[in-house]
Amino acid sequence: MGFAVALEKAGVPTIPVSTHAFARLARATTLAEGMPTIRNAFVPQPVVGLSPGELRAYIEGNDPIAKRPFMDVVLEGLTSPLTEEDYKGATFERTTPRFLAPDTEDNLRQLFIEQGWTDFLPIILPTEQRVEAMLRGTARAGDTFVNRMAPTVFREKWDFDVEKVAINAVMAGCRPEYLPVVLALCSSGFSARSSSTTSWATISLVNGPIRGEIGMNSGIGAMGPYSHANTTIGRAYSLLSMNAQGGSEPGDTYMGSVGNNWNLTACFAENEEASPWTPFHVDKGHRADESTVGIFFGGWYTHAGFGPRETWQDKFRRMLVAADHFSPPFIVMDPLVAREFDKLGYDKAGLIKWCAENARMKARYYWDDQWITTLVKPHAEAGIEPFASRMKADPEELISIFAPEDIEIVVAGGETQGAFKMISGRLVGGGALRAGKTGGSPLFSVDDWR
Amino acid sequence: MPEKITVMDPRGYPPKVEGKRLAARPETLEGKVLYLIDCLFDNSDAFMEQLRDWFAHHMPRVETRFIKPRQSWVDDPEMRARIVEDGDVAIIGVGL
Repeated sequence: MGFAVALEKAGVPTIPVSTHAFARLARATTLAEGMPTIRNAFVPQPVVGLSPGELRAYIEGNDPIAKRPFMDVVLEGLTSPLTEEDYKGATFERTTPRFLAPDTEDNLRQLFIEQGWTDFLPIILPTEQRVEAMLRGTARAGDTFVNRMAPTVFREKWDFDVEKVAINAVMAGCRPEYLPVVLALCSSGFSARSSSTTSWATISLVNGPIRGEIGMNSGIGAMGPYSHANTTIGRAYSLLSMNAQGGSEPGDTYMGSVGNNWNLTACFAENEEASPWTPFHVDKGHRADESTVGIFFGGWYTHAGFGPRETWQDKFRRMLVAADHFSPPFIVMDPLVAREFDKLGYDKAGLIKWCAENARMKARYYWDDQWITTLVKPHAEAGIEPFASRMKADPEELISIFAPEDIEIVVAGGETQGAFKMISGRLVGGGALRAGKTGGSPLFSVDDWR
Repeated sequence: MPEKITVMDPRGYPPKVEGKRLAARPETLEGKVLYLIDCLFDNSDAFMEQLRDWFAHHMPRVETRFIKPRQSWVDDPEMRARIVEDGDVAIIGVGL
């Protein structure tokens, strides 16, 4: 939609064609772009998977929103003279007040639900007193700018400061000592409430001394709701994301078709003490006494297993090929598993290398994917490696689907079972998801926000 | 009567919206150059191909040109400059 606005601005009459499921989103986007009268045309959903004949029927049929012939909407949109409304455009300022109008607790709780400011679980109402207490968890002033955030790359970004993070941390039930971790996550500017139709989520990892200082759980049930800190920190990041970016409302600022329960809360700590390997943040160039957060963007699939058993290599190959190739995995291993791999002679880098070398599928399987077709194919056509080589491959040829830098390993768990999980999640801040970083560590400092 | 309390607004700060004007429209498409922009969503190329065929049959005096950006969702200034330079109107689809 932004592209159509840019062309109109440059003097080229343009009709953006969308499927009807995106009508509300299209209206909201063009309003925020200052061009609310842009002349959209709509066809029914879906377009994916339809034959040329079925697509032609869309063109010769009705626009499901205008309820008139689709081509009439297109041709009139390109040629009918501009109206007074068109000439006006839409310049306006929006503000969000610091305080809401006083009301009873019950009415305010209802207001927060009706306005879409909660995840529908009970919240702590953010009174000024509670927010001030939360702000004592950081040396930063409340009006310190933290970052800006949007639900997708093509939506407008909203700013937020330390006070806004503290307000959402209160709502989530955080204690003041958790605030530096929440601020570090939010400082990424990377939304935990992506609006992508793919229903992404973020899964956050905490490393360093802060884990022990605030009582995070990296042992039994590390990835479950068994720690006040783990649960409320993940929830605060999610609430801040939806509220700071201007919402996460289905049909407008959220379009994930199936949805994702990781969006509620997803934050855990590495069990550095029980791991045979260096901590995750040390691998990324930090000192062991620094505290950091890492954000994995995915949550699309989870595979799990035990081991390593005698046939672990076959198991891993099956899992890696079953992992959707547009979303590489990070592997969470119980310390028992990590130590067994260590005994087999694999360090983290060695095991990641093995995974990348053995994650191979037929080229025709790789390319027969909606995500790959939409986002990767243009890179391949532009000659960018490794995608160009994957495209040149014979359809029956086995091709590598992940590079070593796509895959990460984290050690967490309480040694009650030699279990591991392979979870969809690309590390934000590194490689393809830089999140405003231009180099250096992909992790975000907690110590900067103490 | 329950006590009234004051709480803080959890939302971020939205940017100011600057109004932008639509481009002036031609009276007719006859003899004009129409760019059909494939926004790269799955199967949108097939849709745009059908649109090109529709124009060839129903409005043959409209010159259609097919074009793709380098990436989906990301502005492609080079492509945009080309359309502005030698195009009269455009249709982009299918998706957002």
